[in-house]
Amino acid sequence: MTQELLLQLSLAVLLLPLLSFLLLIFFGKKLPRQGDIVATSILGLALLTSFVILFAKLILFHDELLNFTFTWVDFKMVAGIGHLTLDLGIMIDNITAIMLVVVTLISFLVHVFSTAYMSGDIRYSRYFAYLGFFSFSMLGIVITNNFFMMYVFWELVGISSYLLIGHWYEKKSASDASMKAFIVNRIGDVGMFIGINILWANFHTLTFEGIFSAISGGHIPFDSNPWLTAAGILIFCGAIGKSAQFPLHVWLPDAMEGPTPVSALIHAATMVAAGVYLIARAFPMMTADALVFIAYIGAITAFIAATIAIAQNDIKKVLAYSTVSQLGYMVMGLGVGAYTAGFFHLVTHAAFKAGLFLASGSVIHAMHNALHHQHDHQTDPQDIRNMGGLKRKMPITFWAFVVYTLAISGVPLTSGFLSKDEILAGTLAFGNITGHMLIPIIGFLVAGLTAFYMFRVVILTFLGEHRDSARFEHLHESPKPMTIPLIVLACLSFFAFYSFNPIGASSGWFFHAVERPVSVVPNAVAAASAQMFEEAVHDVHYTAMYLSLSVAGLGILLAFATYYWKKISAEAFAMALSPVHSFLMNKWYFDELYQATAVSGTLGLSRLLAWFDSKVIDGTVNGVATVTRQMSFASGKFDSVVVDGLVNLVAYLTGLFGLVLRKIQTGRVQTYIAFVLVGVMVFFFIYRAV
Amino acid sequence: MPIHVSLIHFLFISAILFSFGVYAVVTRRNAIMVLMGIELILNSANINFIAFGRYGAMNLDGQMASVFVIILAACEAAVALAIVLNIYQQFNTVNVDEVDSMRE
Repeated sequence: MTQELLLQLSLAVLLLPLLSFLLLIFFGKKLPRQGDIVATSILGLALLTSFVILFAKLILFHDELLNFTFTWVDFKMVAGIGHLTLDLGIMIDNITAIMLVVVTLISFLVHVFSTAYMSGDIRYSRYFAYLGFFSFSMLGIVITNNFFMMYVFWELVGISSYLLIGHWYEKKSASDASMKAFIVNRIGDVGMFIGINILWANFHTLTFEGIFSAISGGHIPFDSNPWLTAAGILIFCGAIGKSAQFPLHVWLPDAMEGPTPVSALIHAATMVAAGVYLIARAFPMMTADALVFIAYIGAITAFIAATIAIAQNDIKKVLAYSTVSQLGYMVMGLGVGAYTAGFFHLVTHAAFKAGLFLASGSVIHAMHNALHHQHDHQTDPQDIRNMGGLKRKMPITFWAFVVYTLAISGVPLTSGFLSKDEILAGTLAFGNITGHMLIPIIGFLVAGLTAFYMFRVVILTFLGEHRDSARFEHLHESPKPMTIPLIVLACLSFFAFYSFNPIGASSGWFFHAVERPVSVVPNAVAAASAQMFEEAVHDVHYTAMYLSLSVAGLGILLAFATYYWKKISAEAFAMALSPVHSFLMNKWYFDELYQATAVSGTLGLSRLLAWFDSKVIDGTVNGVATVTRQMSFASGKFDSVVVDGLVNLVAYLTGLFGLVLRKIQTGRVQTYIAFVLVGVMVFFFIYRAV
Repeated sequence: MPIHVSLIHFLFISAILFSFGVYAVVTRRNAIMVLMGIELILNSANINFIAFGRYGAMNLDGQMASVFVIILAACEAAVALAIVLNIYQQFNTVNVDEVDSMRE
């Protein structure tokens, strides 16, 4: 097991899903069962290979960075710069190895789940093909060692998301949502692109290694620290788009139009985590100002999304806003300097959020079947107000869902508790060091809100009594391909995988494997050093833990009091605070705001330009044509009157002359003789003196 | 007072004859008349030759030239009459005014 072999294996992991995509897109209809077994097995193989890589990396090469770089474009000698090349390549460090497993595992489980969930679908093989394409693109992001390839795969992931959200594109809302996702993503990508260009213009290399060594060597973009901050913030803009941070979070809830397994894979566990991964990769070049900005954006996002989630009734929308909120947590964690904690939360969240989405898919699947039996096409199978009491009919789904909810609420003995606790400790330490106490306040508040709205969903969906007892009879547990992934993910939501200490993860393998990278930014603009941060975290660790346990407990208590024991009336509360309630239910009116400003502005501009094009430009073209026609008419008239007239005149004159001159030719020799004589006499008289 | 006949008088005569001949060529309608005019011209030239032979420097050369002219006049008259005959056969007239098919 050498380093080269590990790099080659990682390349295999990258390319296997691409193979799945190509097989299914070209031969999908002809494969047995439309290719789902083929796709799932290929992903399974990729998963096994990722495990091999992870174990080999952590056991054999724990502290090393495996790197392979090659020159893609050689610009030879460029004036003013020297020998300019564009280098690309792949690398494996510990977070790459972990992400390989996360992506392939969630993808594999989603493949398995989809064989049951999507059976009978109108475009079954194409769905699996796109899943493979997405997996390929996401793996490309985590494996690359330079910004160029990352940007390419970033866009590929965006395309995959577009294709998968719009899977049922006959539905207008789905095709609208897929376009919204792509466009909003692109807005963030513009910022990222500008940031990459700043780096290229100054450092003439896009590899992480090259950029970081250039900065640590004292070379700052345009020799000004504000530009370094700007570059960091612009790169972060890509994460704002991709990870649905405020203000570009509006696409994620609409993306729920896609199939639920897609939501689990892309919009919970992996693609949206790509933004967090990007920040983690670019961490060494972030200045303190950039990091504070990142932390605040994360905190604001977490807060906004959590408040919206408590007023939503569609189970997938609640989970979508929960995802936005938790992504805000991860971003906040990275921003305050709790690097390992933020990344840890990414991994644990991938497991329990994917589980939550798959479990909700199981519920929706059961509700859909029951409604179908009753020939009811009006009731919404995703509305939690139509559910209740599902615990008795779907025990596996119920218990898995409970585990995930405990994890996301930060209840001890779960993985979520460990990661959330570390982040909150980090925010408190950050508040102590820098004085920005608003961030930990928001962090703890959101933790309480999270516990509240998640347990609200659990209670309304699984506990109590079902609305319609006739429908209730038709509900039953989902088939094995759907329940087994739920069980797997539930196991992964326990603490034991990451640390043997249920209340602290710092002694576990994860925290040893993922260490905060050294910042290469000049000291004047650097954030608190890792050491100082560690000490501050250590000081507040127990305080943070007690606080987080209390807010979580309060949230859970409040949820039960309102929805289970019915001691507090949710309806009365909502009515009393109805402006607040409608504000939250309407998602803080972000979509309306964007529609009124950006969308209307763009459409207005395009209408203006269209008017300009049809009136001014086309008018000019038509005007030129008209002028040409007029000129040609005049020219024609000139030609027929003047030119032809001249020609005719010449002919007439010639005729006239001819008429006259013709008389000379009498045909009579005597006339000619007379002329000769006259001529002789003339000559005689002219030359007589000579 | 007595006028001695000299060269100039013969030249005048020949000039007058020449112009009569030209007048006949140019003006007469009948082709034979035109031929007569040509004969007149030739004869005037003859007189010129003789005159120069008697009074000028030509001596006997003048008379010799004159004999040539008479011979050539005879030949040319023969040919001319043949042409007139052909014209008559073609156009059925000897009126030169009517032989104008080269007229425009």
